[in-house]
Amino acid sequence: MSATAAITGLLDFRRLDLLATGNSALHRLDPRAHVTVTLVFVVCAMSFGRYTVAPLLPFFVFPIAVVAMAGLPVAFLARKVAIVLPIALLIGLPNPLFDRESLLSLGGIEITGGWISLLSIALRALLAAAAAIVLVAVTGFPAICGALERMGMPRPLAVQLLFLYRYLAVLGEEAVRMTAAREQRGGDRPLSIRLYGTLVGRLLLRTWDRAERIYLAMCARGFTGDFRSGRAARFGVPEVGYVAGWCLFFLLLRTSDVTHWLGAAVLGAVQ
Amino acid sequence: MHMADALLSPAVGGTMCVATAATVAWCSRCLRKEADDRRVPLMGVLGAFLFAAQMINFSIPGTGSSGHLGGGLLLAILLGPHAAFLVMASVLIVQALFFADGGLLALGCNIFNLGFFPAFIGYPLYRHLAGDAPGSARATVAAMLAAIVSLQLGAFAVVLETVASGISALPFGTFLLFMLPIHLAIGIVEGAVTAAVVSFVRAASPGILSTTVQPRRHRAGILGVFLAVALALGGVGAWFASTNPDGLEWSIARVTGAPEPEAPQTGVIDDRVGSSLAGVVGGSITLVLALLLGYALKRKPRD
Amino acid sequence: MSHHLVEARGLTHVYEDGTIALKEVTFRITHGESVAIIGANGAGKSTLLMHLNGHLTPTRGEVRIGETPITKQTLPAIRRTVGLVFQDPDDQLFMPTVYDDVAFGPRNQGLPEAEVGRRVYEALERVGVWQVRAKPPYRLSGGEKKRVAIAGVLAMVPDILVMDEPTSGLDPHARRQLIGLLGEFRHTRIFTSHDLDMVLDVCPRTIVLFEGTVMADGPTGDIFADDALLSKCRLERPLAMQGCPVCGRGPD
Repeated sequence: MSATAAITGLLDFRRLDLLATGNSALHRLDPRAHVTVTLVFVVCAMSFGRYTVAPLLPFFVFPIAVVAMAGLPVAFLARKVAIVLPIALLIGLPNPLFDRESLLSLGGIEITGGWISLLSIALRALLAAAAAIVLVAVTGFPAICGALERMGMPRPLAVQLLFLYRYLAVLGEEAVRMTAAREQRGGDRPLSIRLYGTLVGRLLLRTWDRAERIYLAMCARGFTGDFRSGRAARFGVPEVGYVAGWCLFFLLLRTSDVTHWLGAAVLGAVQ
Repeated sequence: MHMADALLSPAVGGTMCVATAATVAWCSRCLRKEADDRRVPLMGVLGAFLFAAQMINFSIPGTGSSGHLGGGLLLAILLGPHAAFLVMASVLIVQALFFADGGLLALGCNIFNLGFFPAFIGYPLYRHLAGDAPGSARATVAAMLAAIVSLQLGAFAVVLETVASGISALPFGTFLLFMLPIHLAIGIVEGAVTAAVVSFVRAASPGILSTTVQPRRHRAGILGVFLAVALALGGVGAWFASTNPDGLEWSIARVTGAPEPEAPQTGVIDDRVGSSLAGVVGGSITLVLALLLGYALKRKPRD
Repeated sequence: MSHHLVEARGLTHVYEDGTIALKEVTFRITHGESVAIIGANGAGKSTLLMHLNGHLTPTRGEVRIGETPITKQTLPAIRRTVGLVFQDPDDQLFMPTVYDDVAFGPRNQGLPEAEVGRRVYEALERVGVWQVRAKPPYRLSGGEKKRVAIAGVLAMVPDILVMDEPTSGLDPHARRQLIGLLGEFRHTRIFTSHDLDMVLDVCPRTIVLFEGTVMADGPTGDIFADDALLSKCRLERPLAMQGCPVCGRGPD
């Protein structure tokens, strides 16, 4: 990655993190509600058969609704979601190549199953990415960790996630500085493995020293191995309503063929 | 390679999530028992370090392209397998949430593929081959072999997970044929890079590595793992070779436009593979594993 | 019994590789004093600080806080009494948000959450950064981080405040604000610093370390007027006591 790309990635991380500090009604819900709804969403959307296209479309209502209700920036989030599209097309590419059986006939053109499933894969990828990004944007990473822990994740992993999150930007900036310094001194020539070992090795040693200092700081303030979280859990009526509402909606979309019914109704009306 | 939500079914994803959750719980318990407080901030910043290290690219010799560090093996060498697994899990979780890498449903698969194999199979192999204070050549070879094995297993797991999910139309054999050689190459590079970092650290600050000396795993345990893996892959290879062969050749012929052999039956999951090619693939895997087994056995008298 | 007493008696520290970091360091700091420990890099300042809250054990000699010697049993009490603020706030602010970080100390003390909240509010208010309580540390400025680090220690209500290079890395405005803040505290204060002008402003008493030994211990003004001593210890006068760079007039 070049220094510019690294900087962009880091800035995106910071911006996405910042969004979670908003103050809409959605932001104020207990994070467990958001986590639960997201998980149900992903399971439902990914559970369709391989040739499903139309029934996936209504699922976009969820991320769009959340973005709207929480007042999140549309263009920024859309860009972050759209980034997965090229990769999705790449991993879906084998489908039209290997699945040559014609499934659909549209005005004389035979469309094979492969193309339909490719489209399905692209839609799934967009939905999955949207779910993840919207979750972080509305809930915020520390809150997600807290929610997961209250939902059963072991404490060592929760603590690990919080530390990682805390120091990601710090070390990311070090990496950007290293990359920029290197680019300035001979950027055309790519880094050899040996030189990489030296650079990253130095970063590792600095990181190790930092860990030691952090440990001292923790002990200085009474750390004895336990992390006590203070926050009280409040999963109340709004949360139950939110979760129940979305889950019912997803199950409805999954089990009944809403799009077909809607399309038939519209076509019927047109006739 | 990361597994993606788009190719995953909830059944497969859910199963892997359960496997990963169980491993997370087990590792957490092991770490709690060790009660090493110093490890808490260390694991955190090393996770951030891994992110940073992955942001820096190096060039792969012989090709024009650049690569980046995977890091599972390096983490295990620095922290021991249990902590390394948790750190890897945390890195992948952050990647899935902030960078939409992989996906939330696929986390179970990715954490297992990229975390379990390097920590619990690659690392013990590395320790066994490299010993306690290896010279740099021996450490490099050990790291390469360990990385190759971890990545091959990871790649194989991705193929299984994808095919079992049924969303991708890529046949089992073709996918395997694509993934394994690539990850063999990636494994060699990963091993070289891991060894480069470890050798720098060993020279600059040897104390760091000595703190993670693990008691030597029971030789029987390692051989047992090898045997199991070899049998599993060998068995799969044999199964390929015995099933009816036409799918792969037909597909390739269609793609290249050559005269078409008879089309195979269609089905939602098409996993028939050309035995000639697949047999080679399966056989190569078992051969590599047999060589490793032999090498492992050969070290025995020295200890 | 004065809890604010800090005493070193013949404190000697030899590292594992044989380096003698501190040699027979002896001093006594009493209630409410504000003392600076200055010296060249490598003189032993940081090592000395590490002894003051028990991170390091003396090779010879001892350290007493409020008449209590530092032992494994007394360590938790010592760490409540002595609040140590490190040089790099990124090492000290390790929690995901400012609030959680400042709450870390009180929570470790086992206080109920309501009391923790009160302590956090008071500490953050005291240093003037209550408004950033929900932010992650990486989004703070250098000056804000320093102040949050201090708040994190204040929240434990220590009697003695020890700070390693408090003004390092700060821009002039943040530095000025911090100097003002440090001057207001009523705790016993011990600082190490290269910022000799800050020392002149904030600390009436100075201890000079050179190669692990105490070379001088007395009123700050006297020490900074002793050019021979300063140059031997690889130090200089603070800028405020040097000649005027514009008109060339010497110091009075």
